[in-house]
This record gives sequence, C-alpha cells and structure tokens, in this order.
Amino acid sequence: MSDTIEKVSIIVSKGSLEGVYPALIMANGARAEGIDANLFFTFFGLDVVHRSRIDHIKVATVGNPGLHLATMAGGLPGVSSVMTHYLEKKMEKLDIPPIPEFVEMIADTGAGIYACKASVDLFELTEDDLVEQVMGIITVGEFYEMAAGGEIIFT
Amino acid sequence: MPVVTYAGTEVKVNDEGFFEDPGQWTEAMAPEIARAQGIEELTEPHWQVIKFMRTEYAEKGTGPTVRVLGKTSGVTVKELYQLFPKGPAKIAAKIAGIPKPRGCI
Repeated sequence: MSDTIEKVSIIVSKGSLEGVYPALIMANGARAEGIDANLFFTFFGLDVVHRSRIDHIKVATVGNPGLHLATMAGGLPGVSSVMTHYLEKKMEKLDIPPIPEFVEMIADTGAGIYACKASVDLFELTEDDLVEQVMGIITVGEFYEMAAGGEIIFT
Repeated sequence: MPVVTYAGTEVKVNDEGFFEDPGQWTEAMAPEIARAQGIEELTEPHWQVIKFMRTEYAEKGTGPTVRVLGKTSGVTVKELYQLFPKGPAKIAAKIAGIPKPRGCI
C-alpha cells in the first residue's frame, strides 16, 4: 500500500460558511501538494456553486454550540450577517480568499468541480443557475467512477 | 541531514529536499533541481516565478502562497499549475532554494 495520497474527492453537503471552508481549503491544499482533487457539491452545499447564492454563504449562528453564543441571541435578525462579516475580515487578513474567489482559484488549480444531479433536480435548478466553474452535473455513480482509486471525504 | 550536489557544489537539504541554507543557492543549480522534480526545461515564466520566490523570501522570510503568487508574480494560478504541476508554491520553493512555505492556503 502506498503511503502517499494521489487523489481526493471531497463531497460538500453543507451550505454554511463553517461547513464550506474546510472542504475548499482541503481541495486547494491537495492541489498545492500535487494531489488530484475533485469537489462534489450536494444538497445545501450546492449554494457554493449557485450563481446568486455563492456571495451569501453565512455562518450558522443557531444550533452551533462552537460559536459560544446564546441560541436566542444567534436567532436575532442580522446576527448571522454580522458574525459572517467579522469572520470574513479575519480570514482576509490570513490570506484566505472569499468563497467566490476561492472557487475560481480551485478551478484554476485544475481541480474538478461538479454538482450533484439529485440535488440539482430537487431544488429545480439548471446548469444556467450554476457558476461557470462547474464542469458537470453528475450522478452518484459517475461520482464514484471519478473517485475510484482515491480517497473520499464527506463534509 | 542529507547533502546533495548541485552544479558541482555540495548543499545541505532537509528530508524533503528543501535547502537548509538559501544562501547556498545559485541560479546554476535551478535546472538540475527542476529536472529532479520532473521539469525538463526552465522557461522564461518558470524563471519569473523562481525569482519572485527569492525576492519574497528575502523580504518576508517565507515563500509566498499560490494565491499571492497568482496575484502578484504576473503569472496566473492556471499558468502556475501548468508550469509546476506538482504544486507551484512547493516545487518553485524547492527549485528556488528556499524553505517550503508553511500555510494552509
């Protein structure tokens, strides 16, 4: 068995900021190490490749104990936007790109970016709703074919 | 600590092959290091990136990330991956004789 990773296929199922960034960082980091990478966006993760939603990915301020914020406070209007803005500022200082730029950059690294067919159908979307970096709307079977021989990471 | 010979000079490298002392590096060594990384010929844009890496390291004490390279070296991210398919920041740092950039982006 090889002790190096040659390929990773990362499934993104969450549409929250904290659900999305780890997957993007892992995909980009894989390419930076010379590892092949594919990103597969499914369910609410589809927001990341949705033209009108990619700019509005927010931190979950309710149901997120790691934030150490009272649930009632987290549910107030605007709190999620304020927290998101705060985190985005901190990330910019650390050279972590905003999500739209990150998706573009990951596509430029040569990673594959795909949308899940079942989710696209569920949300009644078409290819026109998705950002141009999406290389295809694929089935789970096609995903497995693509992922064959590599590691699969679900986030 | 491994010692390797590039362009007739012995240099100290770490276990991953990155220079221990960037001061030991000369331009004449670059083509040889590049070949070991699967890059047969260093073209003009390769050199543009290598020189940018050296300048950044001299100024900041660390090599730039791919994002910084893409924004400021004059070579786009897409081209960077064509030039250095096994990872632009990592491979260019190795060829430029500077330590491996440590960053998650």
